[in-house]
Amino acid sequence: MRRIVSIIILIIIAVGFIFAFSKIPFGKDKINVANYYIKKGIKQTGAVNIVTSVVLNYRGFDTLGEVTVLFIAAVGLGAVLFVERKIQKNMDDKEDKTKRASLILRTGSRLLFPLILLFGAYIFVHGHLTPGGGFQGGAIIASGFLLMYLAFPKQRINKKTSGLAESLSGLIFVGIGLLGLVFSGYFLTNFLPKGIPNTLFSAGIIPIIYIAIGFKVGFELTGIIDDLLERSR
Amino acid sequence: MSGIYNWMYYIASGGLILIGLYIVLVKTNLIKIVIGLNFIDTGINILLICIGYVRGRTAPIFSRPGISPANVVDPVPQALVLTAIVIGVAVLALALSIVIKVYQHNKTLNVTKIKGLKW
Repeated sequence: MRRIVSIIILIIIAVGFIFAFSKIPFGKDKINVANYYIKKGIKQTGAVNIVTSVVLNYRGFDTLGEVTVLFIAAVGLGAVLFVERKIQKNMDDKEDKTKRASLILRTGSRLLFPLILLFGAYIFVHGHLTPGGGFQGGAIIASGFLLMYLAFPKQRINKKTSGLAESLSGLIFVGIGLLGLVFSGYFLTNFLPKGIPNTLFSAGIIPIIYIAIGFKVGFELTGIIDDLLERSR
Repeated sequence: MSGIYNWMYYIASGGLILIGLYIVLVKTNLIKIVIGLNFIDTGINILLICIGYVRGRTAPIFSRPGISPANVVDPVPQALVLTAIVIGVAVLALALSIVIKVYQHNKTLNVTKIKGLKW
């Protein structure tokens, strides 16, 4: 019964989809707003990656909101799982079995971990020049930490330090926005010199904010992994 | 043949969204429902990217010579999807943590068997 009703609902939605998307041609030029960004982006922001200049310059305030959503999701996860942790601590003493990962995983992750961190840092430092940026670099860093958690299940990151780094990078984002308010009159204005496009030290505030976002996303996702793992012990 | 090629990406992303909706509506296991929500998320991301695509053009990054403003795709959907992916991961983790709590409270993942959901 439920299956039949839901299939009928899905067919209605699919018909709506077909009617809506038959009017939108695939692969045709329908760029409207973005023509402004594409033509004037390099001159106005100094970043050769137009996606980055849209994310952090033209719509930087949106990105601040999205970082806040990420932060709230991480905090909510910690709050939902918080009561568990104290009960689990007592259980830990009983089962003293140390489950160790295999030798290949331990050696390989020890070898790969610094390289993964380096790659993540490269991705978010070069966010205004190449495909990539703070969100992607942060996700790569978190995947490196996940590898370490798989290889050494007993070890934990220092929650205080990671929380400090996370909140400091969030504060840097907001602080740079407020500095823009002080120097140019608008929140998150690109008030630093733009430099020569297509070099590392260009694009004003964009690399600084992307580095802050990289740290924030990396430590936030690591904290999520840590919370979920602590629960399953 | 070219007709199918034109609509292939829309069909794929719409199919992902519909599969996700079907899972959410029909399945009773909470973990499967969360996976269905993630299907919808992925389908919407692919849909946004396809709408911004222009055939024969390249990514909007002017780091190499020879890329002019006339041959790049729309950067705005890409900027939206870039943040939406990371947010999707965080929201998925939050949903799974709530599923963990529901399982501990009710000792079951079946939605139809959880008491106290009816109003």
